[in-house]
Amino acid sequence: MEFAGIKSLIFYAFALLTVASAVLVVTVRNIVHAAFSLMITLFGVAGLYVFLQADFLAATQVIVYVGGILVLILFGVMMTSGRLQMRIQIERGQLILGGLVALLILLLLFGVISNTPHWEGIKDDGSTLEPTTRTIGEMIMQGEFLLPFEVVSILLLVALIGAALISRKEVRDEE
Amino acid sequence: MSLEWYLALSALLFTVGVIGVLIRRNAIIIFMCIELMLNAANLAFVAISRELGDPSGQVFVFFVMTVAAAEVAIGLAIIVSVFKHRETVNVDEVDSLKG
Amino acid sequence: MELPLHVLIISSLIKILIVVHVLLIGVMAMILAERKVSGWIQDRHGPNRVGPWGILQPIADGIKFFLKEDLIPDHVDKPIYVLAPAILLVPALIICAVVPFGSSITVAGYEIPLQIADINIGILYVLAITSLGVYGVVLGAWASNNKYSLLGGLRSSAQMISYELTLGLAIIGVLMLSGSLSLREIAIAQGANIWNWNFLIHLPAFLAFTTAAFAETNRLPFDLAEAEQELVAGYHTEYSSMKFAMYFMAEYMNMIVGSAVAVTLFLGGWHLFGLENLGGPFWSGVISIAIFSAKTALFLFVFIWVRWTLPRFRYDQLMNLGWKFLLPVALTSIVVTAIVWIGTQSKLLVGVCNVVAASVVVAIVASTLAMRREPEQIERQEPSFMKGSSSGRT
Repeated sequence: MEFAGIKSLIFYAFALLTVASAVLVVTVRNIVHAAFSLMITLFGVAGLYVFLQADFLAATQVIVYVGGILVLILFGVMMTSGRLQMRIQIERGQLILGGLVALLILLLLFGVISNTPHWEGIKDDGSTLEPTTRTIGEMIMQGEFLLPFEVVSILLLVALIGAALISRKEVRDEE
Repeated sequence: MSLEWYLALSALLFTVGVIGVLIRRNAIIIFMCIELMLNAANLAFVAISRELGDPSGQVFVFFVMTVAAAEVAIGLAIIVSVFKHRETVNVDEVDSLKG
Repeated sequence: MELPLHVLIISSLIKILIVVHVLLIGVMAMILAERKVSGWIQDRHGPNRVGPWGILQPIADGIKFFLKEDLIPDHVDKPIYVLAPAILLVPALIICAVVPFGSSITVAGYEIPLQIADINIGILYVLAITSLGVYGVVLGAWASNNKYSLLGGLRSSAQMISYELTLGLAIIGVLMLSGSLSLREIAIAQGANIWNWNFLIHLPAFLAFTTAAFAETNRLPFDLAEAEQELVAGYHTEYSSMKFAMYFMAEYMNMIVGSAVAVTLFLGGWHLFGLENLGGPFWSGVISIAIFSAKTALFLFVFIWVRWTLPRFRYDQLMNLGWKFLLPVALTSIVVTAIVWIGTQSKLLVGVCNVVAASVVVAIVASTLAMRREPEQIERQEPSFMKGSSSGRT
């Protein structure tokens, strides 16, 4: 019983961490601070994956998002902004309008969640983590997801070549 | 922890991302906020996959991550090359195609 | 495995305490070893003033770090400046949680596995945590608000991202033959005999992995991030006192942890010709720890040896090596291992085919590069490295 209590406490801590740092991403003025907050958010989400017994995804989340995507974004930040340009103003008109739209979306989402029947609640019986890696691997490599997997690999390859092409051409133009 | 908690959390994260896209004008911050929204969707996927005991949801998340990686590679290449031409990453100032 | 909860908690706490302290002491030992070995390689004495044969030198260094003024320059971004060294140090510490440093030891009737946590995604955990190290460097460099630091940080992060790919891909062949992501099971799958260890079966992948590990730890052939002559000191220029010491410790800790992971993945873990099974249930555990430590120490010696033997790479050479040689070699290793293993189920054949395929790939890449480079060389001075390596590697 005590164990479950600690567990839910840790869940709330992760949830709070995730949302609070996400809010920081949006509100903080300094763009590198925003990237740093995003890192904490991504970590929080990885932690929540562990709670949902998705161990493979938790590791992948850290490898792909924190170790790959966010580093790329930081690179972009450092290439596009000098120290002085890193603080960006928010216009008031956009703030009000954007806030309104977001509030509507939030209400809509909550409405959908509360109006959908048959949520039984996740069976949180303190059972140990069952490995998901093999299941996911088999679904991708042998099961119904083989074709999407191949398509996505080609998409990645195309994106890679495209990105290299876009950034390379600019260099040549300047020379 | 019931599923509603995860879904509510996911909805909250998504909304924060939406706010970010709407009020921030820096292209890279907008990028980060899109990542937030993708993560929110992923969280909902995983939560429901756990609820249904069906790992397909997790496979979808795997694909979303892959597409997100591709998106970031291309997007940042575009942002950097726009910055090289226009010296700005403010999305409101990049409006040459406006009639 | 079925330990009662209180035994599990107590034994885990003890293991964590021991591992963390062994790591910290290991860092001190490495600092001393580095200076002693460098002295030996350069035919001089090395530190010999503090204590007998200079063995107290690391303690003197540590005290010096503590007593120095902890300076935070005015122009830095304070929160991130303070956090960055910790972001580099913490991943180095927490990777050890999944490294099995011995078989198992029986104390008071309980069989305790010599590993803090045997999680079933062990190797993914290692890769994930490794990828965090780059933040310590980038954020520290940016927060210093110094162009040399920023340059060093950008160089280092580009280098770390590039070599992480090789690091990850080189492991996949090993995973295929072991059929598990858990580091303990990978070690067990290699068995006691040296000809079954992965470094022979996956020789090209092992070499790629080792090279990538050097690059990941920013060690000398690849230490462009902190090239003193060009960048003052790279990303830690603005750091002093214990904050600098944290960067310093993180580098050594990464080396130790990297060696331990390499030993587990490629060098058979705690196995050595059945020697680890001698003695009773208690002593066999102790012997397995000793074997593991000895292998790790051997690997660490190679780290130091290489540092004092090879000169620094140039940046384009570094990127060429990573993307045009190591990455194709690692990829080929995956394909060859998969095909040969499924076709023949013979480890010997996998090993032979891996070496042959890797040589062919390196030869193709090197000759392509050499052919493409020749006309350019007249107008621009191009790196002579490519040609040198083409003759050296094929």
